[in-house]
Amino acid sequence: MADFQKKLLDIRDLTVQFDTDSGVVHAVNHLNMQLEEGKALGFVGETGAGKTTTALAILQLIQSPPGEITSGEIWFKGQNVREMTEAELRNMRGREIAMIFQDPMTSLNPIMTVEEQIMEMISLHSDLKGSEVRERALEMMRLVGIRPERAKDYPHQFSGGMRQRVGIAIALACKPSLLIADEPTTALDVTIQAQVLELIKDLQKQVKTSMLLITHDLGIVAETCDSVAIMYAGHLVEYADIQHLYGNPLHPYTQGLFNAVPDLESPITEKLAVIQGLPPDPTNLPRGCSFSPRCPYAQAECLEKPCGMREIEPGHFIDCYFPHQYEGGSRA
Amino acid sequence: MTGTIEKTDSIVEIKHLKKYFHVSGGKLHAVDDVTLSIPRGKTLGLVGESGCGKSTLGRVVIGLISATGGEIFFNGKDSLKYGPAERAQFRKHAQIVFQDPFSSLNPRMTVSQLIAEPMVINRAYSHRSELDHKVKKLMDTVGLAERLINSFPHELDGGRRQRIGIARALALDPEFIVLDEPVSALDVCIQAQILNLLGELKKERGYTYLFISHNLSVVRYVSDEIAVMYLGQVVEKADNLRLFQDPVHPYTQALLSAIPVARLNRKKGRILLEGDVPSPVNPPPGCRFAGRCAYRQDVCMKQTPELREIEPSHLVACHFARNLRPHA
Repeated sequence: MADFQKKLLDIRDLTVQFDTDSGVVHAVNHLNMQLEEGKALGFVGETGAGKTTTALAILQLIQSPPGEITSGEIWFKGQNVREMTEAELRNMRGREIAMIFQDPMTSLNPIMTVEEQIMEMISLHSDLKGSEVRERALEMMRLVGIRPERAKDYPHQFSGGMRQRVGIAIALACKPSLLIADEPTTALDVTIQAQVLELIKDLQKQVKTSMLLITHDLGIVAETCDSVAIMYAGHLVEYADIQHLYGNPLHPYTQGLFNAVPDLESPITEKLAVIQGLPPDPTNLPRGCSFSPRCPYAQAECLEKPCGMREIEPGHFIDCYFPHQYEGGSRA
Repeated sequence: MTGTIEKTDSIVEIKHLKKYFHVSGGKLHAVDDVTLSIPRGKTLGLVGESGCGKSTLGRVVIGLISATGGEIFFNGKDSLKYGPAERAQFRKHAQIVFQDPFSSLNPRMTVSQLIAEPMVINRAYSHRSELDHKVKKLMDTVGLAERLINSFPHELDGGRRQRIGIARALALDPEFIVLDEPVSALDVCIQAQILNLLGELKKERGYTYLFISHNLSVVRYVSDEIAVMYLGQVVEKADNLRLFQDPVHPYTQALLSAIPVARLNRKKGRILLEGDVPSPVNPPPGCRFAGRCAYRQDVCMKQTPELREIEPSHLVACHFARNLRPHA
């Protein structure tokens, strides 16, 4: 972690809470995570694990109240976004960090043509002027595979996959340094998902953007990312490059995730090995390791105090006292 | 179509089923001449992408929407010709779990009211205490904590909401359940729990499932047989293992290759289909997949291929099954 300069994004001890009627929701807890330039990081976890909250924290878009970043630093290109002025943030959003959302139907403006929406992004967040704006918009449309004659169409005239292409065109129009893709293909069919993922991968290389890919699908991560961060109940539990993570998943939760998801190459057993129980109530997280109530290997220590992230082999971090060899074998 | 249909004890037999919707541009062929059978106690997986007609098929089979043509035999009798009394019985025996647990539950009813509703409507219990007991038992069966009994759907996450949907479907002890994307809205761990639950119920109570899903990994896991739909038609049907080992229809091949697998050591090449699924409104004659097919020939654009048996219990609707060559 010494070569701090090379990190595009460096999140240190980030904690985000939401004050709700039912108590304080501990959405993200003491998160440490880095993303190198040009790399793609898969950010994996179930609903409520804190993935989207982290993304919004990076963009300083946590609505407050009820949300609040209670601790931590988010270094982006050597600058702590928590200390940026509103003007600096506006300049960063869209130009430096762009986002693709899960549902392109609700994230696009229904009464603007797709060309206008791409142009809006370009004129707000780049130095291009006049006809250059339209030219860039058309170039982006070509890049994502939307025919120019569709420029004047509205979002509802597009299929889900094509709409997501519009979302990608908007996000990448200003050649951002960081692309946050929040479940970009979850709403799409598999054959369309394959097209869109292929497109994102290609463009990520062409535009030389780093990517934080939020997903629940370890299959998508395997195909798209360089490293993986696994979140559980607002805590990062395992963090490694994909070779380590798929070759030797060590956190019991990560192992549970692999077991729970049948894939096309796993043997068909009578039962899936499930993680018993449910994620903890985020307003009342366990005192010890947040996974301990569901963990098959939990010991007394685990219930007392979380282990904290530790480097178990070079570049492979886990938050677990008693890592067990994964019985399911290597997937690398 | 298959000689084996008569021999097996099929709970559901669908023959030449058609469902067209009248839309402004013409007729939307949601289900177009589908013939399938589901053996008792087995699971038929029905897969396809959005708009292929799989949910419509499920709804027609369960009697929620009427058919345009064809026959659906339920326990040997054509359910499309039922009288009112028979239909009422049928509705108990055949249940459905919906895709979207947000819109399929009445937001103004509590968990206990929602689960009790089918039993109240059918006067299944004469005493309140029996009904309450059954509701709690069902909640336990589907993994809903008892403390949630007076919660409203909006207070629950999608997983718990879907459990309510499953509890409702189980309430009247059905024989046959249409599961319409039952785990698509759920987190992977919850998904695994629900799949196990559905598997246990099938084993213990002998349910027959029509499992509709776009997720082939899940379908592969739960199904005995799988039918692949494309634009209202079944393009391939085979035993579970055979379909994945030896997909014959070009669409099935592309679909299988598109699925991300959580492994790094995967060598299989990906077949990227061009473009989107065409409109099901007034589809042109010929194979519905031809426009996106890398192996199309002239005949594919003119003549609709029949679903034919290329090997025992492996059916494919392709003129050039086992004989694909790139189009000129």
